[in-house]
Amino acid sequence: MSDAHSPEAIKKHVRTYLVIFGALLAGTIVTVWLRSIHFGDFWITVAIALTVATIKASLVAGFFMHLISERKAIYATLATTVFFFAAMMYLTVWARVQVPRGSEYLMRQEVPHPAVRNGGAL
Amino acid sequence: MEIPYVVKARPDTGLFNAKVGIWLFLASEVMLFGALFSAYILLRVGADPGSWPQGLLNVPIGTFNTTVLISSSVTVVLSWAALKMGRFNTYRKYQAITILCALGFLGIKSFEYRDKWTHYEIWKTDGTRVTGHIEGSPYFWNTATLTKKKLDQIMFAPDARHYNDPPAEHHVEAHAKHEFAPVKTSDIKRLSAFVPSHSTFFAIYFTLTALHGLHVLAGALVIAYIWGPGARMWKTDPERYTNRVEVSGLFWHFVDLVWIFLFPVLYLL
Repeated sequence: MSDAHSPEAIKKHVRTYLVIFGALLAGTIVTVWLRSIHFGDFWITVAIALTVATIKASLVAGFFMHLISERKAIYATLATTVFFFAAMMYLTVWARVQVPRGSEYLMRQEVPHPAVRNGGAL
Repeated sequence: MEIPYVVKARPDTGLFNAKVGIWLFLASEVMLFGALFSAYILLRVGADPGSWPQGLLNVPIGTFNTTVLISSSVTVVLSWAALKMGRFNTYRKYQAITILCALGFLGIKSFEYRDKWTHYEIWKTDGTRVTGHIEGSPYFWNTATLTKKKLDQIMFAPDARHYNDPPAEHHVEAHAKHEFAPVKTSDIKRLSAFVPSHSTFFAIYFTLTALHGLHVLAGALVIAYIWGPGARMWKTDPERYTNRVEVSGLFWHFVDLVWIFLFPVLYLL
Protein backbone atom coordinates (compact mmCIF):
# COMPACT_ATOMS: atom_id res chain seq x y z
CA MET A 1 0.00 0.00 0.00
CA SER A 2 1.40 3.39 -0.86
CA ASP A 3 2.33 5.90 1.85
CA ALA A 4 -0.21 8.30 0.41
CA HIS A 5 -2.93 5.98 1.71
CA SER A 6 -1.54 5.37 5.21
CA PRO A 7 -3.96 6.20 8.06
CA GLU A 8 -1.91 9.28 9.01
CA ALA A 9 -1.99 10.62 5.46
CA ILE A 10 -5.71 9.90 5.19
CA LYS A 11 -6.40 12.07 8.24
CA LYS A 12 -4.78 15.02 6.49
CA HIS A 13 -6.79 14.33 3.36
CA VAL A 14 -10.12 14.50 5.21
CA ARG A 15 -9.68 18.23 5.79
CA THR A 16 -8.87 18.64 2.09
CA TYR A 17 -12.07 16.82 1.13
CA LEU A 18 -14.14 19.19 3.25
CA VAL A 19 -12.43 22.23 1.71
CA ILE A 20 -13.11 20.87 -1.78
CA PHE A 21 -16.75 20.28 -0.76
CA GLY A 22 -17.02 23.96 0.15
CA ALA A 23 -15.44 24.93 -3.16
CA LEU A 24 -17.91 22.77 -5.08
CA LEU A 25 -20.87 24.35 -3.30
CA ALA A 26 -19.46 27.81 -4.02
CA GLY A 27 -18.97 26.82 -7.66
CA THR A 28 -22.62 25.75 -7.87
CA ILE A 29 -23.77 29.09 -6.46
CA VAL A 30 -21.51 30.95 -8.91
CA THR A 31 -22.88 28.91 -11.83
CA VAL A 32 -26.48 29.79 -10.95
CA TRP A 33 -25.59 33.44 -10.24
CA LEU A 34 -23.88 33.78 -13.65
CA ARG A 35 -27.25 33.09 -15.21
CA SER A 36 -28.46 36.49 -14.10
CA ILE A 37 -25.57 38.32 -15.79
CA HIS A 38 -26.13 39.51 -19.34
CA PHE A 39 -22.99 38.78 -21.31
CA GLY A 40 -22.79 40.30 -24.79
CA ASP A 41 -22.75 37.04 -26.69
CA PHE A 42 -24.47 33.76 -25.92
CA TRP A 43 -21.24 31.87 -26.67
CA ILE A 44 -19.45 33.85 -23.95
CA THR A 45 -22.11 32.64 -21.53
CA VAL A 46 -21.58 29.07 -22.71
CA ALA A 47 -17.80 29.35 -22.39
CA ILE A 48 -17.96 30.76 -18.87
CA ALA A 49 -20.54 28.20 -17.67
CA LEU A 50 -18.52 25.30 -19.08
CA THR A 51 -15.30 26.72 -17.59
CA VAL A 52 -16.88 26.78 -14.12
CA ALA A 53 -18.20 23.23 -14.67
CA THR A 54 -14.74 22.07 -15.78
CA ILE A 55 -13.13 23.57 -12.67
CA LYS A 56 -15.66 21.78 -10.46
CA ALA A 57 -15.17 18.52 -12.36
CA SER A 58 -11.39 18.87 -12.02
CA LEU A 59 -11.72 19.26 -8.25
CA VAL A 60 -13.85 16.10 -8.04
CA ALA A 61 -11.53 14.15 -10.33
CA GLY A 62 -8.31 15.46 -8.80
CA PHE A 63 -9.12 15.15 -5.11
CA PHE A 64 -12.12 12.87 -4.63
CA MET A 65 -11.00 10.40 -7.30
CA HIS A 66 -7.35 10.82 -6.25
CA LEU A 67 -6.25 11.54 -9.80
CA ILE A 68 -3.79 14.12 -8.53
CA SER A 69 -1.60 11.32 -7.20
CA GLU A 70 -2.45 8.39 -9.44
CA ARG A 71 -0.30 5.95 -11.37
CA LYS A 72 0.89 6.13 -14.96
CA ALA A 73 -1.48 3.34 -16.03
CA ILE A 74 -4.50 5.48 -15.11
CA TYR A 75 -3.07 8.61 -16.70
CA ALA A 76 -2.42 6.67 -19.91
CA THR A 77 -6.01 5.39 -19.94
CA LEU A 78 -7.39 8.86 -19.40
CA ALA A 79 -5.10 10.46 -21.99
CA THR A 80 -6.42 7.99 -24.57
CA THR A 81 -9.98 8.78 -23.49
CA VAL A 82 -9.40 12.53 -23.78
CA PHE A 83 -7.97 12.06 -27.27
CA PHE A 84 -10.98 10.10 -28.50
CA PHE A 85 -13.44 12.40 -26.74
CA ALA A 86 -11.83 15.45 -28.37
CA ALA A 87 -11.92 13.66 -31.72
CA MET A 88 -15.62 12.94 -31.28
CA MET A 89 -16.34 16.58 -30.45
CA TYR A 90 -14.29 17.68 -33.47
CA LEU A 91 -16.33 15.37 -35.69
CA THR A 92 -19.49 16.91 -34.24
CA VAL A 93 -18.39 20.43 -35.15
CA TRP A 94 -17.14 19.26 -38.56
CA ALA A 95 -20.51 17.62 -39.27
CA ARG A 96 -22.24 20.88 -38.46
CA VAL A 97 -20.32 22.87 -41.07
CA GLN A 98 -20.07 20.18 -43.75
CA VAL A 99 -23.00 20.09 -46.16
CA PRO A 100 -23.64 18.08 -49.35
CA ARG A 101 -22.12 19.61 -52.49
CA GLY A 102 -24.55 22.03 -54.09
CA SER A 103 -26.42 22.86 -50.92
CA GLU A 104 -23.94 25.41 -49.57
CA TYR A 105 -26.55 28.12 -50.12
CA LEU A 106 -28.36 26.79 -47.06
CA MET A 107 -25.38 27.76 -44.90
CA ARG A 108 -25.48 31.32 -46.20
CA GLN A 109 -29.04 31.95 -45.04
CA GLU A 110 -29.33 34.35 -42.15
CA VAL A 111 -30.80 32.25 -39.35
CA PRO A 112 -30.69 33.91 -35.94
CA HIS A 113 -29.28 31.65 -33.25
CA PRO A 114 -32.25 30.01 -31.52
CA ALA A 115 -30.79 30.55 -28.07
CA VAL A 116 -30.05 34.27 -28.45
CA ARG A 117 -32.66 36.55 -26.97
CA ASN A 118 -32.37 40.10 -25.70
CA GLY A 119 -28.77 40.48 -26.86
CA GLY A 120 -27.60 37.21 -25.40
CA ALA A 121 -29.36 37.36 -22.05
CA LEU A 122 -30.85 34.11 -20.82
CA MET B 1 -8.08 -20.57 -6.31
CA GLU B 2 -7.85 -16.94 -5.22
CA ILE B 3 -8.47 -14.02 -7.56
CA PRO B 4 -5.06 -12.37 -7.96
CA TYR B 5 -4.26 -8.74 -7.23
CA VAL B 6 -7.46 -7.85 -5.36
CA VAL B 7 -5.29 -6.23 -2.69
CA LYS B 8 -1.67 -6.63 -3.76
CA ALA B 9 -0.62 -4.26 -6.54
CA ARG B 10 0.17 -5.71 -9.94
CA PRO B 11 3.87 -5.16 -10.76
CA ASP B 12 3.27 -3.62 -14.20
CA THR B 13 0.43 -1.23 -13.33
CA GLY B 14 1.32 -0.62 -9.68
CA LEU B 15 -2.37 -0.95 -8.81
CA PHE B 16 -4.81 -3.59 -7.71
CA ASN B 17 -6.81 -4.95 -10.66
CA ALA B 18 -10.22 -3.55 -9.76
CA LYS B 19 -8.87 0.00 -9.87
CA VAL B 20 -7.54 -0.44 -13.41
CA GLY B 21 -10.81 -2.11 -14.35
CA ILE B 22 -13.05 0.64 -13.02
CA TRP B 23 -11.01 3.36 -14.73
CA LEU B 24 -11.27 1.49 -18.04
CA PHE B 25 -15.01 1.21 -17.50
CA LEU B 26 -15.24 4.93 -16.67
CA ALA B 27 -13.34 5.67 -19.89
CA SER B 28 -16.10 3.86 -21.81
CA GLU B 29 -18.73 5.79 -19.87
CA VAL B 30 -17.03 9.07 -20.84
CA MET B 31 -17.51 8.09 -24.49
CA LEU B 32 -21.15 7.15 -23.87
CA PHE B 33 -22.11 10.43 -22.22
CA GLY B 34 -19.76 12.36 -24.50
CA ALA B 35 -21.62 11.01 -27.52
CA LEU B 36 -24.93 12.14 -26.04
CA PHE B 37 -23.52 15.55 -25.18
CA SER B 38 -22.26 15.96 -28.74
CA ALA B 39 -25.73 14.95 -29.97
CA TYR B 40 -27.15 17.66 -27.73
CA ILE B 41 -24.75 20.24 -29.19
CA LEU B 42 -25.65 19.34 -32.76
CA LEU B 43 -29.38 19.38 -32.05
CA ARG B 44 -29.25 22.63 -30.13
CA VAL B 45 -27.15 24.54 -32.63
CA GLY B 46 -29.15 23.20 -35.57
CA ALA B 47 -32.60 23.90 -34.15
CA ASP B 48 -34.91 26.29 -35.95
CA PRO B 49 -35.72 29.55 -34.13
CA GLY B 50 -38.57 29.13 -31.68
CA SER B 51 -38.35 25.36 -31.60
CA TRP B 52 -35.94 24.99 -28.65
CA PRO B 53 -37.84 25.47 -25.38
CA GLN B 54 -36.00 27.38 -22.69
CA GLY B 55 -36.90 28.17 -19.13
CA LEU B 56 -39.07 25.08 -18.70
CA LEU B 57 -36.78 23.34 -16.21
CA ASN B 58 -36.94 24.31 -12.56
CA VAL B 59 -33.57 25.87 -11.65
CA PRO B 60 -33.99 25.83 -7.82
CA ILE B 61 -34.87 22.14 -7.90
CA GLY B 62 -31.96 21.42 -10.24
CA THR B 63 -29.60 23.38 -7.97
CA PHE B 64 -30.83 21.47 -4.93
CA ASN B 65 -30.28 18.18 -6.75
CA THR B 66 -26.76 19.32 -7.60
CA THR B 67 -25.97 20.00 -3.93
CA VAL B 68 -27.44 16.60 -3.02
CA LEU B 69 -25.11 14.82 -5.44
CA ILE B 70 -22.08 16.89 -4.42
CA SER B 71 -22.80 16.06 -0.78
CA SER B 72 -23.06 12.37 -1.61
CA SER B 73 -19.70 12.59 -3.39
CA VAL B 74 -18.12 13.96 -0.21
CA THR B 75 -19.70 11.32 2.01
CA VAL B 76 -18.52 8.57 -0.33
CA VAL B 77 -14.90 9.68 -0.07
CA LEU B 78 -15.18 10.29 3.69
CA SER B 79 -16.58 6.77 4.12
CA TRP B 80 -13.58 5.33 2.26
CA ALA B 81 -11.22 7.45 4.38
CA ALA B 82 -12.93 6.14 7.53
CA LEU B 83 -12.33 2.54 6.39
CA LYS B 84 -8.70 3.33 5.67
CA MET B 85 -8.40 4.47 9.28
CA GLY B 86 -10.13 1.29 10.46
CA ARG B 87 -13.32 3.08 11.59
CA PHE B 88 -16.04 0.76 10.31
CA ASN B 89 -18.95 2.44 12.13
CA THR B 90 -17.98 5.86 10.80
CA TYR B 91 -17.81 4.35 7.31
CA ARG B 92 -21.34 2.94 7.74
CA LYS B 93 -22.73 6.31 8.80
CA TYR B 94 -21.21 8.22 5.88
CA GLN B 95 -22.17 5.57 3.34
CA ALA B 96 -25.76 5.51 4.67
CA ILE B 97 -25.91 9.26 3.98
CA THR B 98 -24.61 8.57 0.46
CA ILE B 99 -27.39 6.07 -0.18
CA LEU B 100 -30.00 8.46 1.24
CA CYS B 101 -28.68 11.25 -1.00
CA ALA B 102 -28.97 8.94 -4.00
CA LEU B 103 -32.56 8.09 -3.15
CA GLY B 104 -33.27 11.77 -2.57
CA PHE B 105 -31.84 12.68 -5.96
CA LEU B 106 -33.96 10.05 -7.69
CA GLY B 107 -37.06 11.10 -5.76
CA ILE B 108 -36.61 14.75 -6.75
CA LYS B 109 -35.96 13.70 -10.37
CA SER B 110 -39.17 11.67 -10.46
CA PHE B 111 -41.03 14.69 -9.09
CA GLU B 112 -39.58 16.77 -11.94
CA TYR B 113 -40.57 14.13 -14.48
CA ARG B 114 -44.12 13.97 -13.14
CA ASP B 115 -44.35 17.74 -13.43
CA LYS B 116 -43.29 17.56 -17.07
CA TRP B 117 -45.70 14.76 -17.94
CA THR B 118 -48.69 16.73 -16.66
CA HIS B 119 -47.65 19.99 -18.32
CA TYR B 120 -49.01 20.49 -21.83
CA GLU B 121 -48.57 22.55 -24.98
CA ILE B 122 -51.40 23.21 -27.44
CA TRP B 123 -50.76 24.20 -31.02
CA LYS B 124 -53.99 25.83 -32.13
CA THR B 125 -55.43 25.86 -35.62
CA ASP B 126 -55.07 29.67 -35.72
CA GLY B 127 -51.28 29.29 -35.41
CA THR B 128 -50.96 30.31 -31.76
CA ARG B 129 -49.28 28.14 -29.11
CA VAL B 130 -50.10 28.00 -25.44
CA THR B 131 -48.72 25.98 -22.53
CA GLY B 132 -50.56 25.03 -19.35
CA HIS B 133 -52.35 22.29 -17.48
CA ILE B 134 -55.41 20.16 -18.15
CA GLU B 135 -57.97 19.82 -15.37
CA GLY B 136 -57.34 16.69 -13.34
CA SER B 137 -53.60 16.67 -14.27
CA PRO B 138 -53.77 13.64 -16.53
CA TYR B 139 -50.58 12.04 -17.81
CA PHE B 140 -49.43 11.69 -21.42
CA TRP B 141 -52.43 13.06 -23.24
CA ASN B 142 -51.89 13.89 -26.89
CA THR B 143 -53.91 14.75 -29.99
CA ALA B 144 -54.97 11.12 -30.45
CA THR B 145 -56.29 11.02 -26.87
CA LEU B 146 -58.88 13.66 -27.71
CA THR B 147 -60.25 11.45 -30.49
CA LYS B 148 -59.99 8.27 -28.46
CA LYS B 149 -61.90 9.76 -25.54
CA LYS B 150 -64.36 11.50 -27.92
CA LEU B 151 -63.82 14.88 -26.26
CA ASP B 152 -65.40 18.02 -27.70
CA GLN B 153 -63.40 20.23 -25.41
CA ILE B 154 -60.85 20.16 -22.61
CA MET B 155 -60.62 22.37 -19.54
CA PHE B 156 -57.22 24.06 -19.83
CA ALA B 157 -55.44 26.50 -17.51
CA PRO B 158 -52.87 28.43 -19.55
CA ASP B 159 -49.52 29.58 -18.16
CA ALA B 160 -48.86 33.32 -17.82
CA ARG B 161 -46.59 33.19 -20.84
CA HIS B 162 -45.37 30.79 -23.49
CA TYR B 163 -41.69 29.83 -23.32
CA ASN B 164 -41.04 31.60 -26.64
CA ASP B 165 -42.42 34.91 -25.36
CA PRO B 166 -40.04 37.44 -23.79
CA PRO B 167 -39.92 37.18 -19.99
CA ALA B 168 -42.64 39.31 -18.42
CA GLU B 169 -42.26 41.35 -15.27
CA HIS B 170 -41.98 39.07 -12.24
CA HIS B 171 -45.11 40.41 -10.56
CA VAL B 172 -47.13 39.81 -13.70
CA GLU B 173 -46.18 36.14 -13.80
CA ALA B 174 -46.44 35.64 -10.05
CA HIS B 175 -49.95 37.04 -9.88
CA ALA B 176 -51.28 35.68 -13.16
CA LYS B 177 -54.47 33.70 -12.70
CA HIS B 178 -54.21 30.04 -13.49
CA GLU B 179 -57.88 29.31 -14.16
CA PHE B 180 -59.34 26.49 -16.22
CA ALA B 181 -61.24 27.54 -19.32
CA PRO B 182 -62.73 25.38 -22.10
CA VAL B 183 -60.71 24.84 -25.27
CA LYS B 184 -62.58 23.23 -28.16
CA THR B 185 -61.02 20.15 -29.68
CA SER B 186 -61.76 21.60 -33.13
CA ASP B 187 -59.41 24.50 -32.30
CA ILE B 188 -56.57 22.15 -31.37
CA LYS B 189 -54.10 21.24 -34.11
CA ARG B 190 -51.71 19.40 -31.77
CA LEU B 191 -51.70 18.57 -28.08
CA SER B 192 -48.64 17.22 -26.35
CA ALA B 193 -47.32 16.89 -22.81
CA PHE B 194 -43.67 17.70 -22.22
CA VAL B 195 -42.61 14.18 -23.14
CA PRO B 196 -39.77 12.99 -25.41
CA SER B 197 -42.01 13.24 -28.49
CA HIS B 198 -42.88 16.89 -27.74
CA SER B 199 -39.71 18.33 -29.19
CA THR B 200 -36.05 17.59 -29.82
CA PHE B 201 -35.19 19.38 -26.59
CA PHE B 202 -37.30 17.05 -24.46
CA ALA B 203 -36.14 14.02 -26.41
CA ILE B 204 -32.49 14.75 -25.58
CA TYR B 205 -33.37 16.01 -22.07
CA PHE B 206 -35.11 12.78 -21.11
CA THR B 207 -32.44 10.65 -22.81
CA LEU B 208 -29.61 12.36 -20.94
CA THR B 209 -31.26 12.62 -17.54
CA ALA B 210 -32.90 9.17 -17.62
CA LEU B 211 -29.61 7.50 -18.54
CA HIS B 212 -27.88 9.47 -15.81
CA GLY B 213 -30.67 8.50 -13.38
CA LEU B 214 -30.18 4.83 -14.24
CA HIS B 215 -26.49 5.23 -13.43
CA VAL B 216 -27.40 6.83 -10.10
CA LEU B 217 -29.71 3.90 -9.34
CA ALA B 218 -27.14 1.28 -10.33
CA GLY B 219 -24.41 2.99 -8.30
CA ALA B 220 -26.70 3.28 -5.30
CA LEU B 221 -27.58 -0.43 -5.50
CA VAL B 222 -23.92 -1.46 -5.65
CA ILE B 223 -22.98 0.82 -2.75
CA ALA B 224 -25.99 -0.42 -0.77
CA TYR B 225 -24.99 -4.07 -1.35
CA ILE B 226 -21.43 -3.45 -0.22
CA TRP B 227 -22.79 -1.49 2.78
CA GLY B 228 -25.31 -4.18 3.71
CA PRO B 229 -24.95 -7.86 2.80
CA GLY B 230 -21.43 -7.39 1.44
CA ALA B 231 -20.14 -5.96 4.72
CA ARG B 232 -19.28 -9.48 5.93
CA MET B 233 -16.02 -9.13 4.01
CA TRP B 234 -14.81 -6.44 6.43
CA LYS B 235 -14.29 -9.19 9.01
CA THR B 236 -12.61 -11.69 6.65
CA ASP B 237 -10.58 -9.43 4.33
CA PRO B 238 -10.72 -5.74 5.35
CA GLU B 239 -8.25 -4.52 2.74
CA ARG B 240 -10.16 -6.10 -0.11
CA TYR B 241 -13.40 -4.68 1.31
CA THR B 242 -11.86 -1.19 1.45
CA ASN B 243 -10.80 -1.55 -2.17
CA ARG B 244 -14.38 -2.45 -3.12
CA VAL B 245 -15.62 0.69 -1.38
CA GLU B 246 -12.99 2.76 -3.19
CA VAL B 247 -13.88 1.35 -6.61
CA SER B 248 -17.62 1.83 -6.13
CA GLY B 249 -16.83 5.34 -4.91
CA LEU B 250 -14.93 6.07 -8.12
CA PHE B 251 -18.05 5.15 -10.12
CA TRP B 252 -20.12 7.38 -7.85
CA HIS B 253 -17.81 10.36 -8.41
CA PHE B 254 -18.15 9.85 -12.16
CA VAL B 255 -21.94 9.98 -11.84
CA ASP B 256 -21.52 13.26 -9.95
CA LEU B 257 -19.15 14.55 -12.64
CA VAL B 258 -21.70 13.92 -15.37
CA TRP B 259 -24.35 15.84 -13.43
CA ILE B 260 -21.91 18.75 -12.90
CA PHE B 261 -22.00 19.19 -16.68
CA LEU B 262 -25.62 18.19 -17.23
CA PHE B 263 -27.03 20.77 -14.81
CA PRO B 264 -25.67 23.96 -16.45
CA VAL B 265 -26.12 22.62 -19.99
CA LEU B 266 -29.77 21.65 -19.57
CA TYR B 267 -31.04 23.98 -16.85
CA LEU B 268 -29.04 27.18 -17.26
CA LEU B 269 -27.97 27.56 -20.89
